[in-house]
Amino acid sequence: MTTQTVGTRRSFGRRPVEVAIRVLLWGYAGLVIAPLSLVVLNSLRPTREIFRDPIALPKSLNFESFQVAWTEANFSAYFLNSLVITVASVTLATAVSVLAAYVLGRYRFRGSGLLAVFFLSGLLLPFRLAILPLFLLLQSLGLVDTRIGLILVYAATGIPFSVFILSAFFRQLPGELTEAARIDGAGEFTIFGRVMLPLVRPGMATVAIFQFVPLWNDFFFPLVLLRSSDKLTLPVGMTRFFGEFQTDWSTLFAGIIITTLPLIVLFLVATKQIIAGLTAGVGKI
Amino acid sequence: MGRAAPPWPVLVVFLAPAFLLYTVFLVFPLAQALFFSLFEWTGSVRGGFVGLRNFAELFGRFPLNEQLPRAFLHNTIFFVVTMAIQVSLGLLFAVLFQRGIRGKQFLRTVYVLPFMISPLVVGYVWSLILNPTFGPVNAGLKAIGLDALARPWLGDPTTAFPVIMLVNVWFWLGFPMLLFAAGLAAIPEDYAEAARVDGANSWQVFRHVTFPLLTPVFGTVTVLTFIRSFNVFGLVWALGGVDGGPAGSTDVLGLLFYRTAFRGGVDAFGVASALAVIMFLVIFGAAMLFRAWFHRIEAGLT
Repeated sequence: MTTQTVGTRRSFGRRPVEVAIRVLLWGYAGLVIAPLSLVVLNSLRPTREIFRDPIALPKSLNFESFQVAWTEANFSAYFLNSLVITVASVTLATAVSVLAAYVLGRYRFRGSGLLAVFFLSGLLLPFRLAILPLFLLLQSLGLVDTRIGLILVYAATGIPFSVFILSAFFRQLPGELTEAARIDGAGEFTIFGRVMLPLVRPGMATVAIFQFVPLWNDFFFPLVLLRSSDKLTLPVGMTRFFGEFQTDWSTLFAGIIITTLPLIVLFLVATKQIIAGLTAGVGKI
Repeated sequence: MGRAAPPWPVLVVFLAPAFLLYTVFLVFPLAQALFFSLFEWTGSVRGGFVGLRNFAELFGRFPLNEQLPRAFLHNTIFFVVTMAIQVSLGLLFAVLFQRGIRGKQFLRTVYVLPFMISPLVVGYVWSLILNPTFGPVNAGLKAIGLDALARPWLGDPTTAFPVIMLVNVWFWLGFPMLLFAAGLAAIPEDYAEAARVDGANSWQVFRHVTFPLLTPVFGTVTVLTFIRSFNVFGLVWALGGVDGGPAGSTDVLGLLFYRTAFRGGVDAFGVASALAVIMFLVIFGAAMLFRAWFHRIEAGLT
C-alpha cells in the first residue's frame, strides 16, 4: 500500500475507501478486457473446441483461422480497400482543410465569420440523412460503386472537424513569424508553405489520425454506395462474412481481429493525438 | 491577426477546395432531401409536386405509422439510459482518476480502447458472446450453477434492447469519461483550495465548486450523446438485424430510415426523404436546444 500523504486534501482517503476505488476501477477494466481477450483466444482455437467449451485457453497456437479469413473470406481485398479509401480520404480532407483553416485562422475578411460557422455546423449535422440525394448525385457522375465516390464523400465529412482544429492551431501562432518573411517580399503562398505549414504539422497529425478512426469503422456509406464484393470495405465485408461463415466461429473471431487490429495499434501508438481529438470539442459544442 | 486580408483571388484559392467538396457532397445533398420530400417519386424518377403527401404517408401508412413512433421511443430511451449511466459512472471514474491512482494511464487506455472499434464489429463480438448455445456468457452462468439465468439474451424481446444499451455503454463509456477528465483538469486548483480554506468538505467542494464549473462539459456530453443516440445504426444492425428484431423490439430510426429508403415501395424516395426531414428536425433541433439551454445555465453561473 502506498502511504497516504499527510494533509487534509484527501480527507476521505481512508483505507477501505481506497481499496473499494481500486476494486471498482480495475474491475471495470477487467470487464472491458474480458470480451476482447476472448476474441483473441478463440481465434486461435478450432471451432469444434469453441463449441465444446466456450471459455478455455488454446491448446496450441493455431493461426489457420486467420489464413481462412484472409483468403477464403476475402479479407485481403476488404482490408486493402479499407486502407486505400481511408488513407486517400484522410489525405484529401486534411489537404483542403489546412488551406481553408489558414485564411480562416489568420485573417478577418467579409464573410469570414459566416464561413467559419458554415464549416463548424458540420460537426452537428446528421449527414447520413443526405444519402438519397447523394446517391443520385454520385449516380449522375458515374461514381456509384466506385472507391473514388466514397473517398469524395468521406473527405467531405472530415472537413468540419479538420477546419475547426487547424484554424485554432493557426490562430495561436504569433504574428511576428510572418512579418520577417513579408518584409523579405514573400507572397501569401510562400508564407503559407514555408513558414506556417511546418508549424501546424502537429495539428495535421492530430487531425489525420483522428479522422482515420471513424472512416475505417464506417458502415453506412459503403453499405449504400458500394455494390461489388471486390470493392467492399471491412465493415460491409463483415456483414457478408457473418452470413457465410455463421458456423465457423474460429474464422469469425479471426476476421474480427483483422478488422480491428489496425485501429488498436494506431490507438496505442498515437494515444495522445486521438485523445486530443476526442476532447477537442469540450465546452465548444 | 487583424492584418489586412490577402486579395480575394488568393482567398478563393485557399477556401474553394474545402468549400466545394463540403458543399457539393454534404451540405447541398442534405438540403436537397427537403426538396425531394415534397415531390412524387417513382423509383429514382421525380414526378410532380405533392406538398406534404409524403409526410402524410409516413404517419398514416401501415406499418410505418406503427414503426415510426416505436423507433422514436427506442432512440429516446437509448439516449436517456446512456446519459444516466455515463453521467454517473463516467463522471465517477473521471473524479477517481483525478485523485491519482496507480496505473492511471493504463486504465485510461483500457477504458477508451472499445471506442476505437467499429460499432458494427462491437455488435458482432457481443452477438457471439451472448449466443444462447455456444456463447461464453451463458456457458459461464451454467458453470457457476446459475443455469436459471442463462437465456437467449438477444432472442427475447424483453431483454434484447436493454442488452444492446449495456453493450453500448461498454463501447462508449471511455469517451464521456475522457471529456469529464479534460473538464476537471481545466479547473484551477485555487478554486477548490479557496473553498477548503472557507471550511468546505470534499463533497461540498465537489457539489458547489467543481460540479457547476463542469457545465460546459455536461453540455458537450449531452449534445454528442443525443446526436449519437439518434444516429445509432451499426451496433443495432449487428445485434438485432436490419429489422431491429426480435419482433421490432430493437428497431431504431436509423434502421427504419435505411429500410424505408432502400427496401421500400416505388415511392420510397419521397417517403424516406420525408423521414429524413423529420429526423433532421429532431436531431439538429434538439442539439441546438440543448446547446442554448447549457449556455443559459453557464451564463447564470457567472
